Parts: sequence; C-alpha cells; structure tokens
Amino acid sequence: MSTIQPKVDEPVSDELALVQAAKAGDVGAFEDLVRRYDRNVFRIAQHITQNREDAEDVVQDAFLKAYSNLHQFQGQSKFYTWLVRIAVNEALMRLRRRRPERMVSLDEDVKTEEDSLPREVADWAPNPEQQYNQAELREILTRTIQGLPASFRTVFVLRDVEGLSTEETAEALDLSIPAVKSRLLRARLQLRERLSRFFQRRENGKEKPEIGDANQ
Amino acid sequence: MKCAEFLNELTNYLDGAIDARTKAELEDHLAWCHNCYVVCDTTKKTIEIYRDSQLYELPEDLRTRLRTAIVSKCHSRKKSGPEHV
Repeated sequence: MSTIQPKVDEPVSDELALVQAAKAGDVGAFEDLVRRYDRNVFRIAQHITQNREDAEDVVQDAFLKAYSNLHQFQGQSKFYTWLVRIAVNEALMRLRRRRPERMVSLDEDVKTEEDSLPREVADWAPNPEQQYNQAELREILTRTIQGLPASFRTVFVLRDVEGLSTEETAEALDLSIPAVKSRLLRARLQLRERLSRFFQRRENGKEKPEIGDANQ
Repeated sequence: MKCAEFLNELTNYLDGAIDARTKAELEDHLAWCHNCYVVCDTTKKTIEIYRDSQLYELPEDLRTRLRTAIVSKCHSRKKSGPEHV
C-alpha cells in the first residue's frame, strides 16, 4: 500500500522579498501575500469556527494582525506557518465566543481508548464518493468533520487538507510533535469510522443511510 | 505484531515517516490481517477524499471584497503611523 503523497509546496523563494517589502511599507507586496494565502486562511477558519461570517472576519483580522506585527516575523519559520498560527488563534477566539458553554482548547485531548479501536471494518465501494452527488458528498464530509472535537479537527485540517508538515502543524498550534501525531491518528480514525457507514460496499437492495445522520 | 501496535504506527506508515524495518513489519501484518488492511486502506481514502473535497472554497466576489477591505485598512494604518516601523 502506498503512502499519502504530500502536497507540493509553492515556491517560496520570492516570499521573503515580499515580506521585506511589506515591512518597509509596500502595501502592494502585502496584497500579493494576501492573494497567495487568503483561500487557505478562509478554509482553515471555516473548519474551526464552522461559521461563514466568523470565517470572513478571521480572514480580515488575521491579515491585519499579520500586517501590524510584521516586524515580529523573524523569518525563522515560513511566513505561511506564522500566518496560520495567527489565523488559528483568531478562529478559536471566535469559536469560544460563540460557544461559551463549551471549553474550546487545543489542549483538549479526549482520552477514550475505544476511539482508537476501529469497530467498522467493512470494505468500501471502489469509488465511494461517486455513490453521491456533489451536494450530498459535501454535506456528508462537512457534517462528519464538524462532529470531531475542535482540537482534532484543527490538526487534521492543517496536516491533511492544507498539507502542512507535522513540524509546521506543531509550530502553528503550539503543540508538541507527539501531541500532533496522536491527535492526527485519532482524527483520521474517527473520520474513517464515521464515513464508513456512507461509503461501505453495499449489497444490492441495501439502502444508503440518511445524510442527516452524518454527525451521529 | 498485534493489531493495536499496527494502529499505533498507522499515521507514521501512511505519512512514510518510518524506517525500513518497521515498514516491513507493518506490511507483513497487512498481508495476513484483513481488518487492518481495510482500516489502513479506508483511512487513506478518508484523507484523500477530504484533501480533494474543495470544501469551503472562497467565492471570487467575496475574495475581492475581503482583499479590498484588508488593503484599504493597511493603507490607513500606514497613514496613521504604522505599528510596524
């Protein structure tokens, strides 16, 4: 079985030059950085906050905060990792504001042994996603990932959707590398478990489950 | 190797962050344990489906609106004495 191929990084050679120009007051250079990463920041923000308006605010506030604090960016990490760290903090702040009754923390480490032990081991259909139309698939994937604890969801999105390395994810979230790996494993296994009921190979005549059940 | 040990290494295995000897042990386990094979294969598919899903794409009109607002605020911060100088 082959391994997951990481996303190929965009060339970042000119990035430091853009950051330097922006530091010197060139707003146009900063605009180029916005263009480069606004889609990523929006995706991350919406995955964390699960709210469209909050995600829009996070995009604005994260870039403005980055602009105001560019002098603190020392160039030891990638600009993108530094930006993601700002965006994640903004997103978590909004999530906490909207759900004050729930403790939302990246340190949240739900210890449940059975989470790690797969219960659903039926094989999936050859092209499981093709059993559903685009809107249905989107609904299944959205509801399923929304059911994960924020700390697992965030690690999964940075590592597996945005393609940050384990080290970059640890840096962006201020977590240790073992903590990132442990959350990533459990996030992957929980998502797999929940998607299995939608994607497993079905005998003729067996009904597909209701999509509204994705979060249960 | 037991199934629980296999699962502990699953993330390292899928990410290719593993030495040749452990990889061989894991693949030996996969060759006879159907359950772990299915879990490994469907976990990989889970990751690929999410990675290719294009959930939460930023619509172009909203993108332009946000960027215009950001750039305009950057300009006004610059005029009112930038914090970064």
